[in-house]
Formats: sequence, C-alpha cells, structure tokens
Amino acid sequence: MQNHPVYSDNDPQNELSTLNLGPTHPATHGVFQNVLQLDGERIVSGVSTIGYIHRAFEKIAEHRPFYQITPLTDRLNYCSSPINNMGWHMTVEKLLGIETPKRVDYLRVIVMELARISDHIVCNGVLGVDTGAFTGFLYMMEHREAIYEIYEEVCGSRLTTNIGRIGGFERNFNTIAFAKLRKFLVDFPKTLKEFESLFNRNRIFVDRTKGVAAVTAQDALNYSWSGPLLRASGVDYDVRAMNPYSSYEDFDFEVPVGENGDVYSRFLVRNEEMWQSLRIIEQALVKLEKEPTDIFHADVPEFYLPPKEEVYNNMEALIYHFKIVMGEVPTPATEVYHSVEGANGELGFYLVNDGGRSPYRLHFRRPSFINYQMYAPMSRGMLLSDAIINMSSLNVIAGELDA
Amino acid sequence: MDKITNEELLQNLNAKFEGVLTVVGEPFGLLTLETTREHIISVLSYLKHDATLQFIYLTDITAVHYPEQEKQIGVIYHLHSLVNNVRVRIKVFLTIDDIHIPTATTVWEGANWMERETYDYFGVLFDGHPDLRRILNVDDMTAFPMRKEFPLEDPNRVDKKDYFFGR
Amino acid sequence: MSDIQIVGAPAGVEGAGFFATSLDKAVGLARANSLWPLPFATSCCGIEFMATMASHYDLSRFGAERLSFSPRQADLLMVMGTIAKKMGPVLRQVYLQMAEPRWVMAVGACASSGGIFDTYSVLQGIDEIIPVDVYVPGCPPRPEAIIDGFMNIQSLVKTESVRRRNEPQYQELLSSYGIQ
Repeated sequence: MQNHPVYSDNDPQNELSTLNLGPTHPATHGVFQNVLQLDGERIVSGVSTIGYIHRAFEKIAEHRPFYQITPLTDRLNYCSSPINNMGWHMTVEKLLGIETPKRVDYLRVIVMELARISDHIVCNGVLGVDTGAFTGFLYMMEHREAIYEIYEEVCGSRLTTNIGRIGGFERNFNTIAFAKLRKFLVDFPKTLKEFESLFNRNRIFVDRTKGVAAVTAQDALNYSWSGPLLRASGVDYDVRAMNPYSSYEDFDFEVPVGENGDVYSRFLVRNEEMWQSLRIIEQALVKLEKEPTDIFHADVPEFYLPPKEEVYNNMEALIYHFKIVMGEVPTPATEVYHSVEGANGELGFYLVNDGGRSPYRLHFRRPSFINYQMYAPMSRGMLLSDAIINMSSLNVIAGELDA
Repeated sequence: MDKITNEELLQNLNAKFEGVLTVVGEPFGLLTLETTREHIISVLSYLKHDATLQFIYLTDITAVHYPEQEKQIGVIYHLHSLVNNVRVRIKVFLTIDDIHIPTATTVWEGANWMERETYDYFGVLFDGHPDLRRILNVDDMTAFPMRKEFPLEDPNRVDKKDYFFGR
Repeated sequence: MSDIQIVGAPAGVEGAGFFATSLDKAVGLARANSLWPLPFATSCCGIEFMATMASHYDLSRFGAERLSFSPRQADLLMVMGTIAKKMGPVLRQVYLQMAEPRWVMAVGACASSGGIFDTYSVLQGIDEIIPVDVYVPGCPPRPEAIIDGFMNIQSLVKTESVRRRNEPQYQELLSSYGIQ
C-alpha cells in the first residue's frame, strides 16, 4: 500500500465528489481531518491532515524539570494517563539508575492495568456506538467511574492523573482504595460478560465489522503498527512480554492474538485484553499481601521529595529538598530509550540528557501517530461507513496523535 | 526466541560493512552506532532483510539538534528485531547547510509520517520522500520549531506582563 | 390616516410592559431548559464531557439530551479542550454558522486561557477569536463543574432579554471580534 497524497488530476470528467471528514467530529474521536474523494459510497483516495491540537509537548519538555514533565505525559493518551505517567517515571529511573522495590512495581502494575481497562472500555464502547449500539457504551461507562474513584483515592484526580513520582508513589494506597479495587474486580466482570454477550454474536455487529479493513501482518509490520492492532493481525508483539518492565515477568498472563486483522478481531482482542488485565490485577493483589505494607517509594532522597515534617526538622531533608527543587542534583549526561505497552501500542520515550535538571531532548514515540498514517492508504476502495468503523477501531487519541 | 548479543550483532554488521559504522556506545544495553548518509539506506535495508538479524520493526525516526557541534542535526533511527529481541540505535549527523538524507520509506512504509514529523520539527530534508510537507504545525510556518534557537512561547503575546514573571 | 385611537401606556409601566416581561420570562425558561449543546471536544476535557453525558452525572437532566453536531441546529457551543492556532479558523467558522440565540461555554483551562500550554502553537484562550459567556476552570474540570457552568449558562439564558442580539453592547462585542 503506497502512502501518496490525493491527486487532484485523477478525475478528468469531474465525477468524483470530495467529502471533508473533520476536523470537528462527533464528540468522541478527536480532531483530525480526512479529505476523501468518493465515487458514490466508495472511497477513491484520501488525505489525512493532523496537527489541529499540536501543543508542542517536546518543546515544552526541554524547559521543565523531570518531575514537571509528568503532567505533560498525562495529556498524551488522556484515556489511560497512568500508563503514560508510569512509562515516563520508568524512563527517568532507568536514566538515573534507580531500582524500585517490588511493592512499588506491583502497585504500578495495578494502576497501569486499570488504565488499560479504562481505555479499552472507551474504545470498544465507542465502536459499538458507531455501529449504532449505544447500550454497551452506557453500561461500561459506569465502571469507568469506578476506576476514576480508585484513582482519586491514590492521587486525587480523575482523568489526567499525574500519578506517582520518580521512584514510586506520592502516598501509600489506603484501605479505601483497596476496598474499591476489590469491589471493581467483583462488579466489572459481570458487565464485561454482558457487553460481550451483546456484541460478540450479534448479527448486525458481526456483519458490520467482520472482514472490514483486514490488514495482513506483513503490512502491519511495514507500517510499524503496535498494540492491539498489530496483535489482531496475528503478530504477538507485546512490550510487557518481550521487554518486561516493572516486574511484569512475575505475572502470568496471555497475550491475545487475532487472525486476520479486521475490525472484529481488533474488538475481540481488546475485550480479551481486558480479561487478561483483570487476571493480572488479581495476581498483583495476591502478591501484595506478601510485601511489607509501608513501602511506597524507592529510597532515593536525591530525587524523591522528603516528607514536609522532616524538611522542617531535619537538616539533610532540608538540603535534599532544596537541591531537588532548585535543580542542583547532577544527572548522567547520556541517552535512554524506554518503552511501555500503552493501550494503543508501544509508547516509547527517547530521552537525551545533558546533566541538568531538564532533558536536552525528549521525544515521545506515540503509537496513535504511527498507527494512524496507514488510515488513508487503507481506506482506499472501502465504503464510507466501513471507513468510519475502521477509524474507531484504530483508537486514535488526538492528544497522542499530535503531541 | 534466542537473543543475539550486542557483540554478535556488531560482528555481523562489521563483517558486512567495513569501516562504515562506528560504535558510539551502549547506553543501558542499547547498541548505538553512527554512520553516514551515503550508507544509511543500505545499512537499514541489510538489517531488515538479513535472515539472522531480522530487524523488521522500525520503532522510530527522530532528530536532535546540537548547536555547538559542527554537524548540528543528528537523525536517530531506532530499530527492533522482534524475533531476536534486540534493539539498535543508528545515528546520522548532518550539517545545517546540507541537511539532506535519503528517505527510509523505500525500506519501511511506516517511515513516512515519522520523517514528515522530523522535517516539520527540524527541517531535515528526506530525498525521495513521496510527500514531504509539514504535518503538525501550520502549513505556512517558515521556521523549524524544535531547533534550539526557536523560542517556546509565542513572542507576539501582548497580555503577559514581564513584571509579574520576573523578567 | 386611520381614525383608530391608540391608548398610551399607563404611567409606571414603561418599556416592555407587563405582558411582554412575562413573555420574556416564559421564553427564557423554555430556552434554558432545552438547550441543544454542540460539544466541540478536542482533548481531555472532551472525555470528562463524555463522563458528564453518561448516566452517573447525566447532563440530560438539564435539558441537554440532544447533542447537535451541526452548528446550524445548536444553541450552546461548548468548547472543551485545547484549541491550537491551526484549529482557530475552524472554531470561528463553526461559531459563525450558529444561528442566534447562541451562547458559548469555554470548558477547561486550555479553552479559557491556553492552560498549561504557553507555546507558540496554542491559542491562549478562545476569547481571542469568539466571545465567550461562561468559563469553566479546571484541568479537566470535574463533571460537577461542567454542570455548574451549564447551570450558569441557564441562568444567563433565563435572565437575558429575548432579543439579546439587538442590544448595542452585544453588537459592539461582536464587531470587536470582526463578526457582523
């Protein structure tokens, strides 16, 4: 599939019509534009335009200290912001050589899997809405509220969480958070089962999505796809399994793989990933019982702010506090690339450091951006309604697309 | 999946490409090589198609601007071999005045938007790219914003009082 | 010249008159409780809006059941999320297409003032290009805050005059933005 722009001279008899899809989409998808040339209902060619929400994250990151970049990473994939936060913290910890205790790793795993579930709730729910089934979305959003309540107990915020610090978390998970988590693990599987029963063998949904936008593994790899899209095409590449981080190697989970990469496989892969995430969270809760309950961060006073009581009473804590905030702590002047499995694919952070307190260059390898470039070539020859379903199944989050 | 070590990878590459690649280092276990723009496409192509190495996955293409160096712009390629579970980073340095480099879209289609983003941010001209135009910034922008001399904030703002910001 | 006698208004009942004032109130009530919003959702605030429209924080209790994605059919333009300079002309076109009476709500810090993104590519507040009625701060604002903003819009709608578009201050405001 060649990725060429639309030719204005391929229509000498002026038979094709031009349709402008975007940038103001019906709410959920985000701001990006597709100018399509249509022959009746069939798409002849298309050009994608993005950048309507370009917020220059990479430029801002050069002017902020490491701990102030976390709120920026929140706003990349804002449906699953904890994954972005954790990925950034792990990148900085890799650079600084900080090793986090096991309890921190397990808590991070819980938070990241909750974020993955919440992103897949939105994606699959919205795919249902686009095919005309509003019920599934409405029932699943209730559980998104339950996940928000768990985040609120830990970090205070619902959506753009800024959760965690370099070296761990800002506060220990209290008993209310664990109680809410346990309640979520009881309630959500019932709704997920109901959701699957509504869609998986639903004649209308299957007809709408099966065989639509099938992508071979060869093409997917050529376009550097990752995440559920690549796995639906048959390639079992999951960063959690291949380059495990945050103690994922201690967990027993499967990586769901689809058959032919069509929209139906992507839907099924995301559903199965939600089941696997629930499995991982249950295992994490079991493992947490064996760990001491008062550790919630690594012992790195040079990068983790000491508690305020100690700052006012203890000389070393005061000095560390001063050095961290004023940026007097030397950092290694090297470069690091770390990637995590985001909800959409491999989310990578390429950090070039010069020894100061801000990065010299920070580049985000954004899965939505790299996945979306195939949309225009892929929609050639498709019916318009199939192209819409295809776009929702790609799960393009505008914040991650434009950064 | 057996893993190839960095030494084996380096040996394999040096056997095929004599003196073209220099080893910059191995920060955090990721072999980092440097090469020139004349050889980059053959190196990438060999890495992708070789039966033992199989670096079929292009993770990312980006660039870094070092204003103090003579060759100011470095184009960085990250590759990943899924079969052997090994990654490699390749750098190519270019001067500001002669900022051309051949495109990697002949090897991977996925390099298309990655190179457009690099062009948009740094002005790196990829020769042979099918559609090299700006992707994230406004189309009529003339400067390249990620270069170090470009300011972060909009200089035409009239409502920010310098007094309050300590300037 | 006809010979129909017209009685002058009794003393003390100037201007609109008793009947017209009640009509204002009735029209305001009807408008306020059936606002059709246009969710112009660009980024994270759009996801909080989705949560507001869902069953937990139901915005349709306030009359906003029917979301309109066409500006011609919408009353309230809710701008939720960062507006980049590339998106500015699009937002302005959407606003121009809306028919009077129309209200604008800037949801979130980015729409109100540019938010945390003080960069070359972000519009520092949508009030640089369109007039805004209610600003909802927050990053992102909680659904309760969005509902509070919506209720503020409702009180504006109830208390403003029926033909706000004809008032001189409104005309002056629009012309300062270059909108006729």
